[in-house]
Amino acid sequence: MPFGQGRSGGGGGRGGRGGRGGDKKTGDKQQGQRRPMFRRRKVCKFCADKIDDINYKDVKLIGPFVPERGKILPRRISGTCAMHQRKLQTAIKRARQLALIPYVTD
Amino acid sequence: MSVRQYELVYILPPDSTEQQITEIHDQVASVVSRMGGQIEKTDNWGRRKLAYEIGPHKEGVYVLEVINTQSGELVKELDRRLKVMDQVVRHLVVRVDEEKKVVERTRTKRQSDSERRRVKRGLPPQRQPGEGRQEEMDDMDDDRFEGAEV
Repeated sequence: MPFGQGRSGGGGGRGGRGGRGGDKKTGDKQQGQRRPMFRRRKVCKFCADKIDDINYKDVKLIGPFVPERGKILPRRISGTCAMHQRKLQTAIKRARQLALIPYVTD
Repeated sequence: MSVRQYELVYILPPDSTEQQITEIHDQVASVVSRMGGQIEKTDNWGRRKLAYEIGPHKEGVYVLEVINTQSGELVKELDRRLKVMDQVVRHLVVRVDEEKKVVERTRTKRQSDSERRRVKRGLPPQRQPGEGRQEEMDDMDDDRFEGAEV
């Protein structure tokens, strides 16, 4: 199934800006047909790779979740599950204290 | 009271000599042994670039100590001492034993679960080489965040 109706409700970039309810009623199907966007299902990296221990010392592991600006990558983008996002969060905050990861970068 | 494990990481200035590093280590060790703990492991990561400048420094020497102890007082004292030492640029103490236990538990649980399931399906409990899907997720890594909505 290339596009689930329910899933595209969140809006693909341009489409979903104008209110969630309205989007669902009117534009959903049409939009889906116009831009048959194939979004890969997001999977929690830590669940998939069976990484139990998210360690603050492991910069290589944490790095991809801290984009250039230095913010923590939100769950809706990375697809990390809630439990691992929490662990990731503490790991990132600890790594920041030790200057392994920046707080901010301009 | 059970034994707790702590990890201590401290950062020293990049220009500190071998001797200064051991000096700090000895100071830490003396505090630890005086308060009835022991250092399980010391790991010198060497010079690393700091992600941001701390005072005048852009680089630092990282040292990790794993400490076993029974009292939290030790950590309090250690923390206080490290704060006072001006050769220590930055330090962090983290308690790790509980997390380690949890990790261990989930790992064994996963293992035993999969073994049980495999036995139920009439397979040997251990995964055989050349079994199951292989390298199908290969392209998942690079463009993982592609198509993300911001």
